[in-house]
Amino acid sequence: MAKPPGNHRLITFGRIIKTGVQNFVRNAWLSIAAMAVMVITLGIILFSVVASATFNNTITQITDKIDISVYLKDEVSEERREELLGDVKNLENVKSVEFISKEAALEEYRRANENNIDLLLAISQTDNPLPASLRIKPNDVNRIEEIRDYIEQPEIKELQSDETSYSSDRKEAIDKITGATTFLQQVGFVGVIVFSIISMLIIFNTIQMAIFNRRDELQIMRLLGASTSYIRGPFIVEAIVYGIISAVISVSIAASLFSIASNAFAASSLGLLDISFAYEYFNNNFVIILTLQLVAGILIGAVSSFIATRRYLKFKTSK
Amino acid sequence: MILLDRVSKVYSRTHGAVERISLHVEPREFVIIVGSSGAGKSTLLKLLTKEEKPTSGKIVVGGIDYDKLKDKDIPLLRRKIGVVFQDFKLLPNKTVFENVGFALEIVGYGNKEIQHTVPRVLEIVGLKGKEKRMPTELSGGERQRVAIARAIVRQPKILIADEPTGNLDPKHAWEVIKVLEKINQYGTTVLLTTHNQDIVNKLKRRVVTIEDGRIVSDRASGSYEDKK
Repeated sequence: MAKPPGNHRLITFGRIIKTGVQNFVRNAWLSIAAMAVMVITLGIILFSVVASATFNNTITQITDKIDISVYLKDEVSEERREELLGDVKNLENVKSVEFISKEAALEEYRRANENNIDLLLAISQTDNPLPASLRIKPNDVNRIEEIRDYIEQPEIKELQSDETSYSSDRKEAIDKITGATTFLQQVGFVGVIVFSIISMLIIFNTIQMAIFNRRDELQIMRLLGASTSYIRGPFIVEAIVYGIISAVISVSIAASLFSIASNAFAASSLGLLDISFAYEYFNNNFVIILTLQLVAGILIGAVSSFIATRRYLKFKTSK
Repeated sequence: MILLDRVSKVYSRTHGAVERISLHVEPREFVIIVGSSGAGKSTLLKLLTKEEKPTSGKIVVGGIDYDKLKDKDIPLLRRKIGVVFQDFKLLPNKTVFENVGFALEIVGYGNKEIQHTVPRVLEIVGLKGKEKRMPTELSGGERQRVAIARAIVRQPKILIADEPTGNLDPKHAWEVIKVLEKINQYGTTVLLTTHNQDIVNKLKRRVVTIEDGRIVSDRASGSYEDKK
C-alpha cells in the first residue's frame, strides 16, 4: 500500500480544523442556542471577576483608613513607651505602629483646623492639651479584638489618658462590604457552575445533532479507515469555535456595558459598586480577561464535545 | 491473503449468523461468495472489515491477526482493505472527484498527490471526464464504479465487494463486474458476494456457497448450480 507523503500529520491537522469550521458554518442555526448560553456563562464569569475586584478595592481603601489610637498619659516615661511600642509591634495582627508625640498631635490638630482661627488661638494660649498616642494599624480588621484585648489589660490601661479609639463606624462598613462580597462571590460561583453545566448540556446536544445529521458521512469515513481523531476532531473544533465566538461576544458586551455605565454614573456613586474602578480594572486587565474568557469558552466547548463524541461516535467493534 | 479458521458469529443462543467457517484465499484470487439473503454472507464480510467481532475462531488478513488487533488500529486495517457496498455509500454533496479523493484525504494525502492519483483511478473504472459530476447525475452503474474507484485508490491488496450489482440492471451490473476483473488482473485479491446467477456462471471463478451460516461447497471454477 502506498504511504501518504511525509507531512501528512500537518495536512490532517489542517483538514480537521477546516472541516470543523465548515461544519460550524453549516450548523450555524443549530449552534446559536449553544453560543447564547455560553455567552451568558462567560458573562457571569466576567462580571463575577470584575465585581469581586471592585469590592476588594473598596474594602482595601476603607481598611487602610482603619486604625486604633492608644492615648498615653503625659507622665509615661520614654522607656515604658518604647517598651509598649515594641510589645504592640510584636502582636500577631499588628501591621504597623506609629508613635505620635504631643507636638506632632498638636501639629496635626492645627492642620486639621487651619481655617478655625478661634480654635487655633485658644489652643495656642494653653499648654498643649493633646496627649501623645500610638497609632496601630491592624493586618486583619476582623480580628481587631486581639489587639483590643491586649490594650485593655489593666497594667496597660493604666498608661492611657483617654478611651481607646477604634474607628468602629468604619468597621461596620467593612463588615457590610465583606458580607456583600462574600455573598456575591457565592452567587457568582453557583451561577458559573449552573450555567456551565447548562451550556455543556446544550453543546452536548448540538454536537449530538450534528453527529446525527452527518451519520452517513461518518460511517463512510469509518469504513474507509479514517482514524478516530480525524472523525472526532472536527466536532471538537466546531465546539471550540463556539467557545471563541462566545468569549468575544461576552467581552464585547461587557466592554460596551462598562463604557455606557461609566459615562452615565461618572459623577454619582452607586454605593459599594465603584463603576469607574470597575471600568478601569476592566480596561487595565483587558488582555488577561479576554484570554481567560477564551480559555473558559474553549474549555467548556472542548470538554462537552469530547464527551458527546465519545458517547455518540461508536469507535468500538460491536461484540 | 485471507485465512478464516473455524470462525463463528453468534448473535443469540438460537441464532448464529455464521458457524465454524474455514476459508483460505490466496493472493490475487477472485472469489465469489454466493448464498441466499440471510445465509451469512454479509456477516462474513463484516467480520473481515472488523465491523463485527467473531464469537470464536481465528481471522488473519494480509498477515494481521484480528485477535491481536487493538480497536485503535482498526482504521489502519481498513486502509488495507477496499470495500464496495450494494448501496454505493457515496457522499451526495461531493463530486465524483471529491468522493474518490476523500479516501485519500482522510488518511492524510496531500492535495497534489490527490490531484495526481484520482484521475488515473477514474480512468481505470471508465469514468474519465466525469470528475465534476455529482453522484445524482450518474447512473447506478457509474455510481458503483465511483465507489470502486474510491475503494481502490489507495491500492489495497484486498477488495471486498458486497453485492455491488444488487441495485443494478444486467447491463450496468456487467460493467461493474468487468471493472472488478480488471482490478483483479492488476493484482488485487477480490472477494465478491452476489446472488446473480448469470454473473456467477459467466465469470468461471472460484465459488464458495454459504447456507445457514455454513460453507456447503467450495469449487475452483464453479457455477451457481453447483451449490445444489
